[in-house]
Amino acid sequence: MRAYKWLLGICAIAGSANAEQPMNMPVGVTDISQGVFSMHMLALWLVTAIGVLVFVAMFYSIMVHRKSRGVTPATFHESTTVEAVWTIIPFVILVVLAVPATKTLIEMEDSSGYDLTVKITGYQWLWHYEYIDEGVDFYSVLSTPRSQINNLEQKTENYLLEVDKELVLPVGKKVRFLITSNDVIHAWWVPELAVKKDAVPGFINEAWTKINEPGIYRGQCAELCGRDHGFMPVVVRAVPQAEFDNWMAQQTVEETGAELAAVQQ
Amino acid sequence: MSTVAADDHHDHVESPYSIKRWLFTTNHKDIGTLYLWFSLIMFFIGGFMALIIRTELFEPGMQFVDPQFFNSMTTMHAIIMVFGVVMPAFTGLANWLIPMMVGATDMALPRMNNWSFWILPFAFTMMLSTLFMDGGGPAGGWTLYPPLTLQTGDALPFVILSIHFMGLSSIMGAINVIATVLNMRAPGMTLMKMPLFVWTWLITAYLLIAVMPVLAGGVTMLLTDKFFGTSFFNAAGGGDPVLFQHIFWFFGHPEVYILILPSFGVISSIVPTFARKPLFGYASMVYATGSIAFLSFIVWAHHMFTVGMPLAGQLFFMFATMLIAVPTGVKVFNWIATMWRGAMTFETPMLFALGFIVMFSIGGFSGLMLALAPVDFQYHDTYFVVAHFHYVLVPGSIFAIVASVYYWLPKWCGNMYSEGLGKLHFWLSTIFVNITFFPMHFVGLAGMPRRIPDYALQFSDFNALATIGAFGFGFSQLIFLYVVIKAIRGGEKATSQVWENAEGLEWTLSSPPPYHSFTTPPVIK
Repeated sequence: MRAYKWLLGICAIAGSANAEQPMNMPVGVTDISQGVFSMHMLALWLVTAIGVLVFVAMFYSIMVHRKSRGVTPATFHESTTVEAVWTIIPFVILVVLAVPATKTLIEMEDSSGYDLTVKITGYQWLWHYEYIDEGVDFYSVLSTPRSQINNLEQKTENYLLEVDKELVLPVGKKVRFLITSNDVIHAWWVPELAVKKDAVPGFINEAWTKINEPGIYRGQCAELCGRDHGFMPVVVRAVPQAEFDNWMAQQTVEETGAELAAVQQ
Repeated sequence: MSTVAADDHHDHVESPYSIKRWLFTTNHKDIGTLYLWFSLIMFFIGGFMALIIRTELFEPGMQFVDPQFFNSMTTMHAIIMVFGVVMPAFTGLANWLIPMMVGATDMALPRMNNWSFWILPFAFTMMLSTLFMDGGGPAGGWTLYPPLTLQTGDALPFVILSIHFMGLSSIMGAINVIATVLNMRAPGMTLMKMPLFVWTWLITAYLLIAVMPVLAGGVTMLLTDKFFGTSFFNAAGGGDPVLFQHIFWFFGHPEVYILILPSFGVISSIVPTFARKPLFGYASMVYATGSIAFLSFIVWAHHMFTVGMPLAGQLFFMFATMLIAVPTGVKVFNWIATMWRGAMTFETPMLFALGFIVMFSIGGFSGLMLALAPVDFQYHDTYFVVAHFHYVLVPGSIFAIVASVYYWLPKWCGNMYSEGLGKLHFWLSTIFVNITFFPMHFVGLAGMPRRIPDYALQFSDFNALATIGAFGFGFSQLIFLYVVIKAIRGGEKATSQVWENAEGLEWTLSSPPPYHSFTTPPVIK
């Protein structure tokens, strides 16, 4: 990992590659995200290796086979054997990539055996979350103040990646997401969960996650959805089951209280 | 009518300063020149928009433009660069070169040729004018996905009409190429003796005819959804927003190859000349081009893995997409085998061709990564994708176009360009294009979505770097403009062959070539 970052760092201006400026995909906190990450690294190393081979051959030729060194050009212009070899070898490499990719994809698409269902609805430009069986729902809106966006105030650490009310999920439980939209197409994305799914108005998409570690995971809308597309973050807070139960109880009380108040008026 | 026809058959060239000459011309060289200048002008307009985008993205926070205007800049930049720069530039090259390469007098359908060019300035004037309309220009992305695109203000019908015009122009250009290549080849030039530029363009032309009508259908459905109460893309009326994406990408993926196949032809012409060695694997180049064109029709949904497709569909599109790496790899290997044990020199066209091979391959590598559906869920709609397609389009298609201008300019105008300035242009472009687009891989992997006017703090360093690169790249292109104008106005006279080892019929004609290329068919060995 370290060597890889250092390698990439050469390409950037010195000093850019520090911890606060990540330059690779997060490993994430689910089995799926870790599978996706290793798939990504496998592909990255494979294409890097192919690139090194191809470019070394090319630059060797550029250095050696030049007119200024007084060489006489060869005249060969085809070889069925060579051409067959470099058609077959890439094909084999593709199979090597396709096998784990297929496996990961099949796992990602299997949302059976879930413990909890959250319905996610995209709006221009906020998210709505509904815990279907618990009857709890709320909106989640960007909480970064306008003054920071307009450069009137110092930007804080989670600039544009913070919301007024986070989506709270229990760790170690399989959570199914039902994703849709109320207006245009959005996409719900949290990189550390490796979940990205379009929210299409009139249709319901399915995705799922099973978070291994408690923590706060931040993402953004990933499908252009109009003026404030860049200003509708996703924040997930993963907590242990007991804490989740407490939180849920509190939400239920709050919702019932609000409903009672509404009835009394 | 009859007077025009009577004037036509003489070898009579009006002054280059007469408007009538350019407006009514049916000559393939004049029309080629018009296409190329149009493309260069649009390149600077589209580039200016890119610089507006990069200026806003230099630092986190909103500094210069409104988010809505930002969105319309990304939308317009893409439409202009795709339909206004790369496509017309290749049509311009086709016009100039195909008749000379196949030994014809002119294109097969000269009047339609005139029309297909002159539609374009009107189409793009209309497209650009939408920026001043109520509600601003189109801001839903060049992919025009509904329902977002249906929220466009007064601009929508004008945008759709101008896309229809662009499609008409491309289809007519493509018909002309096919008619010329199939009917006007000199006796003895069999299909498998044609230069690769002609081959790649022939295949491109078929792609254009196959998919431009599909785009036209898609945008017309948008129009009727917006103004005539249909519900093609509206779930509430029984439609499906995702249907548009399938239609769009059925056009859009072959379109990607429309933008790159002629480049393959260009590179296959330039590398053998400067390696002083025949192209390696001519036949496999032709078959690889054909395979890529065929595969381009069955991979479209890899642009939409996150849209919620069934597993079987995702697997199919993943495997089909990965297959494209095979014929593309064959091409790159063949170019390197052409250089192998050659006697290379490194004039500007060769430098741009070599830059193309390296950087297009980098774009190909990220393309292979993007093909892997489970990982694409992370890459999709991030700057990783932006880095990918800019690598194949800028140091890919644009470098190939620039390489061909340097390569054939002495033939076109009879004067050599300034080699020193050409090399300076190459090195500045190559350095800055990488400073611009390489960091985009990093921010994309780290989680920065595309098409956002403002971003989280952890993306700031690489964005600042990309902006610096973009300005450097943009201003370096002024050198190109200067070199071209300088060569047209004078300079060292070019010989007929121009380059020591250049082969092909166009190099048997004088530099500049006669107004009607081959009045008697050349003899093919």
